[in-house]
Amino acid sequence: MRRTLLESLTHGPLTEAPPARDDAALAELAASVERAARRRLGRSLAIREVDAGSCNGCELEIHALNNAFYDLERFGLRFVASPRHADVLLVTGPVTRNMREALLRTYNATPDPKWVVAVGACAKDGGIFAGGYAVAGGVGAVVPVDLHIPGCPPTPTQLLQGLIGLLEGGSAA
Amino acid sequence: MARLTDIARGEPVAGHRPWPRVHVTPQAWRTLANEMAEARATLLGLWGDAGAVHMAVMGEEPRDIIVASLECPDGTFASVGALHPPAIRFERAIRSLFGLEPIGAPDTRPWLDLGFWEVEHPLGARTPAPATRRIYEFLPVEGEGLHQIPVGPVHAGIIEPGHFRFTANGETVARLEERLGYVHKGIESLMAGTTVARAAQLAGRTSGDSTVAYSIAFAHAVEAALDIAPPPRAQYLRALMAELERLANHFGDIGAICNDASFSLMHAHCGILRERVLRAAATAFGHRLMMDRVVPGGVAAELHAEGIAVIRQTLAELRQRFPRLVELYDNTASLMDRTAATGIVSAALARQFGAGGYVGRGSGRNFDARKNLAYAPYDRLDFTVPVLDAGDVNARVWIRIREVEQSFALIEQLVAQLPDGPTAVAVGGGSGSGLGFAEGFRGDVLAWIRLDGGRVARCHLRDPSWLQWPLLEAAIEGNIVADFPLCNKSFNCSYSGHDL
Repeated sequence: MRRTLLESLTHGPLTEAPPARDDAALAELAASVERAARRRLGRSLAIREVDAGSCNGCELEIHALNNAFYDLERFGLRFVASPRHADVLLVTGPVTRNMREALLRTYNATPDPKWVVAVGACAKDGGIFAGGYAVAGGVGAVVPVDLHIPGCPPTPTQLLQGLIGLLEGGSAA
Repeated sequence: MARLTDIARGEPVAGHRPWPRVHVTPQAWRTLANEMAEARATLLGLWGDAGAVHMAVMGEEPRDIIVASLECPDGTFASVGALHPPAIRFERAIRSLFGLEPIGAPDTRPWLDLGFWEVEHPLGARTPAPATRRIYEFLPVEGEGLHQIPVGPVHAGIIEPGHFRFTANGETVARLEERLGYVHKGIESLMAGTTVARAAQLAGRTSGDSTVAYSIAFAHAVEAALDIAPPPRAQYLRALMAELERLANHFGDIGAICNDASFSLMHAHCGILRERVLRAAATAFGHRLMMDRVVPGGVAAELHAEGIAVIRQTLAELRQRFPRLVELYDNTASLMDRTAATGIVSAALARQFGAGGYVGRGSGRNFDARKNLAYAPYDRLDFTVPVLDAGDVNARVWIRIREVEQSFALIEQLVAQLPDGPTAVAVGGGSGSGLGFAEGFRGDVLAWIRLDGGRVARCHLRDPSWLQWPLLEAAIEGNIVADFPLCNKSFNCSYSGHDL
């Protein structure tokens, strides 16, 4: 263990420079983040991830945001365990009928002000799973969506672009 | 050693490949159930159809596989679960999705249908659902000082949704009962009547972490049904993707298991290795998870010009870094204290359930579809299948570690022997039915398809998790509640793959 730790001290970090904001994703910003709310929160956002029916592909890439290359926490963004601690709900998947109520309850448990970021092609409108007896639709069919990050699944870079956009949304919109 | 076709003694169905499919009598259906109950055969899958049920069974010799089909003219069939518990959840799902009644089933509560759909039996008669949702009865637990802990469907981490009902006595788990189905997307219903190409996309999104394995299993089923074979180069490229997928997932799992034992150093380093693999995949195949790259008939895209070089370079780095992490795992006593002797799955249960992947192989079940079914190109490659007997969290970690090492060797062989030539053959619009397997990182994925004039008449996908989730309930019994995340992560069952 000593060697591994020592090496980490002497080698440079793997963390990469942040990507530029994704203007395409920003164009989808339905409601910009209010300036007053942003002043209150500063640049610190607590994110609660909710899988509302995804294939788990989006979750894998959201997980990658925490690895040494992307290091999400340097932007003041961190994942929290409860919606009651969250400012942002990061919702993936087509919303299945079986998850609809759980998503609504999670949304209602999140204190205001709050934002919903829909992640992935399915979260937009149900994607490839739209239309069946088991799927309610995109995230927007169940809770109001502020930002959609496209991709199947979005890469960690695309996710970073979208989330940085959310932080800076007020001035960009 | 009797072969299953001799036991089933049914009329063979023409055009089913590569293993036989037979129409069986109710009597032969029960005989097959009895063979499994007496440990002479293994249940691979059990699924419904319009007015029929199908059961894939493997005999004592792994390549002795049949699909037994039983017509259900009165909407009923003899319960297999009554004799052989691994069939219980399959039968509950058949009952909920198709409305077919397993006579004598020990558990008739719904499965996958949580009461939120507008229809009942969506793949069968599609009757309107009752106006008020029925209450789901969890299994009763009796005793002094017991309390219940409901967990989920929304969990504390970045993971899939499912419900766990713990009954604990102080810190000790007396019973865990799972309730799944939250991410049921109706994949098999969406596949019915669609094109092979669209069904392939759906198959590749059944469980995102196993998109390559699902795409291969689906392609195997389609190719069997149409009696076509992908070119050798496509077989090698598929295996290359499959091994990269296995590496990425095993690195992620090894790190995450250690993280759930509060050893985040391993998690951080394994996360780096996982990212290296995904980046190599993105360069070589144009997508980090390699989604939609395997298609029926071959592969969708040629390897990038720099693909081989990037994979070789990544492999060299992994070969250098991984042994040190293995040493770190092996030499950290506080970590071993959490993983050793925790969450034990007995060899008897692993065998009874036919559990695949690290769950089965960590509990002495020596089965790997790459080796035992020897599909191309694995029949030409040199590798071993690690098996351990301890059945605990530690054994499931070590199986992954040994499999990572085997995947290194496989990737080297695949890159060195990669044949030239075309990467796909045309998939015509024929009819037929086929059974396919692929060994994903989690275990063997089963795909069964019936094609009618180039369209999907019925497709069933069986995730390895169907035969692993029930064992998690057994593994946690007598452990403390705080060790559940550790046990659960060591299984890493798929919710989406199970829920379909």
